[in-house]
Amino acid sequence: MDILKERKNQVATAASGSPLNLDCGKKSTAGAVSQRACVFCGSRVVLYPITDALHLIHGPVGCAAYTWDIRGSLSSGSEMYRLSFTTDLSENEVVFGGEKKLYKSLIELIDKHQPKAAFVYSTCIVGVIGDDVEAVCRRVSKEKGIDVLPVQSEGFNGTKKDGYKVACEALDKLVGTDNEAQLPDYSINILGDFNLAGELWMLTEYYKKMGVNINATITGDGRVDDIRKAHKASLNVVQCSGAMMHLAKLMKDKYDVPFMKVSYFGIEDMSDALYDVAHFFKSEELFKKAQLLVKEELGTLIPALAKYREALQGKKAAIYVGGAFKAISLVKALRLIGVQTAVVGSQTGNKEDYEVLKELCDEGTIIVDDSNPNELSQFVIQTNSDIFIGGVKERPIAYKLGLGFCDHNHERKEALAGYEGMLNFAKEIYATAMSPVWQFTRHHKMRSSVALDQTPVDSLPNSKE
Amino acid sequence: MLLRHTQKASETIERKALTVNPAKTCQPVGAMYAALGVHGCLPHSHGSQGCCSYHRSALTRHYKEPVMASTSSFTEGSSVFGGQANLLQALTNIYAIYEPEIVAVHSTCLSETIGDDLGQICSKAVADGKVPEGKHIVYAPTPSYVGSHVTGYANMLKAFVEKFPIKTDEKKRQINLLSGWVEPSDMRELKRIMAMMDVKSVLLPDTSDVLDAPMTGEFQMYPNGGTTIPEMVSMGDSMATVAAGWFATRDAAIALENQCKVKFTQTDIPVGLKATDRFIQAVAKEARVSVPESINVERGRLVDALTDMQQYFYGKKVAIYGDPDNIIPLTEFLIDLGMIPTAVVSGTPGKEFMKRMDALLGDIPEARYLNGAQADMFLMHGWIKENPVDLIIGNTYGKYIARDENIPFLRYGFPILDRIGHSYFPTVGYMGTLNLVTKILDKLMDKIDETALEEKFELVM
Repeated sequence: MDILKERKNQVATAASGSPLNLDCGKKSTAGAVSQRACVFCGSRVVLYPITDALHLIHGPVGCAAYTWDIRGSLSSGSEMYRLSFTTDLSENEVVFGGEKKLYKSLIELIDKHQPKAAFVYSTCIVGVIGDDVEAVCRRVSKEKGIDVLPVQSEGFNGTKKDGYKVACEALDKLVGTDNEAQLPDYSINILGDFNLAGELWMLTEYYKKMGVNINATITGDGRVDDIRKAHKASLNVVQCSGAMMHLAKLMKDKYDVPFMKVSYFGIEDMSDALYDVAHFFKSEELFKKAQLLVKEELGTLIPALAKYREALQGKKAAIYVGGAFKAISLVKALRLIGVQTAVVGSQTGNKEDYEVLKELCDEGTIIVDDSNPNELSQFVIQTNSDIFIGGVKERPIAYKLGLGFCDHNHERKEALAGYEGMLNFAKEIYATAMSPVWQFTRHHKMRSSVALDQTPVDSLPNSKE
Repeated sequence: MLLRHTQKASETIERKALTVNPAKTCQPVGAMYAALGVHGCLPHSHGSQGCCSYHRSALTRHYKEPVMASTSSFTEGSSVFGGQANLLQALTNIYAIYEPEIVAVHSTCLSETIGDDLGQICSKAVADGKVPEGKHIVYAPTPSYVGSHVTGYANMLKAFVEKFPIKTDEKKRQINLLSGWVEPSDMRELKRIMAMMDVKSVLLPDTSDVLDAPMTGEFQMYPNGGTTIPEMVSMGDSMATVAAGWFATRDAAIALENQCKVKFTQTDIPVGLKATDRFIQAVAKEARVSVPESINVERGRLVDALTDMQQYFYGKKVAIYGDPDNIIPLTEFLIDLGMIPTAVVSGTPGKEFMKRMDALLGDIPEARYLNGAQADMFLMHGWIKENPVDLIIGNTYGKYIARDENIPFLRYGFPILDRIGHSYFPTVGYMGTLNLVTKILDKLMDKIDETALEEKFELVM
């Protein structure tokens, strides 16, 4: 197939022996129909779930309109973060500067909503017209007595991944501003879970059962006051390494808070996430409680998964997600339910993650960085995949090709993390792979070799009930 | 209550700067949508990668279809030294790999502000041989800080009209139909109406069979639909142009008239009875045909439904928001049904909106209406709190208000992120209006059924 010349080194096939050497972390080639977004997008999705902060987007209307309540991050309290606030810059401000409008907007907003803190996002144009956003933020902060934090997320300043970093730098200014707090023993912060479909609530429940105290959740269901005292925790548990790793590193350097990388997808990774915390605290008691919890959960989960595993045996999946770290967990989770990964890729993976993928995947699996619809559809057809796992831009392509689809991004409807999430994941993969609608698609007819079990998902007994 | 912060409009702190929950988005997405209505055309976003990604996601969420567009992928360097190199490299890659007939370049706030001149860069691209023989490039400046998504649509439409139509000596027995921002289903319906009237026409743009493409088991980078290049070329020889939708089509219609001496009639998008009447009459006049009986029969069926059900509409208060070309005729129609539009909001700026609304709503003391930056969903909600309505009509973003205030809510306009149907069933023409009427009635009558006391719960309505 045709692959842009500049992209040749961003596609490879898993094979034993030689290292993959995938050329990732590159800027996208101009002209590509890339699935990637920008710095602003990265910062916005990361900070958005801080529910009691004000999020003001400084720029023309689009950047605010497109990020208005698009992420399914749930809140147990304030819903203010779901509103869309923008300075809606017009031609006049582009010529004469937008600082005045930004100042007025902030004052109006803070007067009305009395937020705990405010984040002000710079968009492309702000970087170019030269507004001194920091100065405005400092002034408002002084006048209103709350933290007003500039997020320097001009879209052109790198990739979405750089946006995560910018978000972390804004958060870093908030961390450490509450030195009075006293935290109980075994206190951790959860970094990099965004509480999609309430996943964070499940995870915190597990940790609490173990006897671990959750201090700040950054940023899922996040609260400004928790983040202020985040430096008092004994450990940062970091998921989705792409997004929050930078904050973890900053906190390590500044406050000597150690961190560990975890993933909550799939049985092994979820269990490791609990055990590793127990090991960290060198507590036999925590470890025993974790063991008990895992045993209990698996006791119900494994039998429940068996049916799905049997039905899905031999199915092939294509994965294209934001970060390669998540892809690793997905490959494992799919394997657990009998699904083989035929294609795996990410928008912003790093070299180490891709090497892990190569080791993990079966020989012949296509591994790709920063892909595009043309490539993805070719790979899917070439490998005769049955299911696609991706986000909003991949969904319609998968459906047009006649593939089942599971949203593992912002638009997921069910919690997919943890043990409960693993069962949800199996159900979702099963339901989409087995839906009788594929009988009407041409792609399906071509695959006479795959006999489809058409038992609807609801008729399967669920051992949790 | 998701919108628990909203107060009555009269009790709200006066805003001077801020926009809350905008009733619009920015230009480039409109340019992208218009370009998708041209066959074999790849929209290209000249700016940062995120813009392109957001616009594609927005269109995909609305149409549930893959949306292809490329980007210049600006870097920090491009923002300092200009984006010319990026665009030139992009064009080389695009023609080599994606093989479009046309690349439709639109700008962004970033490329506009740093002063990239699309005209100059595109000329250079042609001069440098970046555009292969027989392939084309069009461009439209679409700064995000001017106008709204509707402006972007209008600018891209104008760019096509300036590029392709050629006037020869041979007048063609056809008319041009410039369509404002409507659904693929509506474009299909417009073509059906033309066929019924036996009028040969060129519809530009035409997103039917592009963004409502059938499932084939294949991914088609360029679906079968869209206005073709020969069709666009032929527009210069048409008898006349009918331009439906002042905000989206006027500039293009004027450009075509100036360029090829093809006169135009401006109409509204044919939503509602009177607007469809005016549209049909304009087509009949310009194409010099008489209105066939089959069209009159459709009109009769619509009138029949309206009269049958008038009691359910009369006196009902309604809040409407969305794009001016769509909600101007819609407001007119709802007034004709006996409903009272008490709150009408459009984020798209432009004096024409208030002029039309003054004429429609000036005599209705309860009616409040505004367009432009602060005409946002927050303002409309404040108005609704002050004067509650029986129905809200607008895009998906109204669902928060509808839920908090427990008001029936009809999804209409762009974007609709949480329901389907809009790309399949039209709301233009007499039949489309009948579809709309049915949907309005469903909402009003479901509410009656839900809230009726047991003894008043009726089987026959």
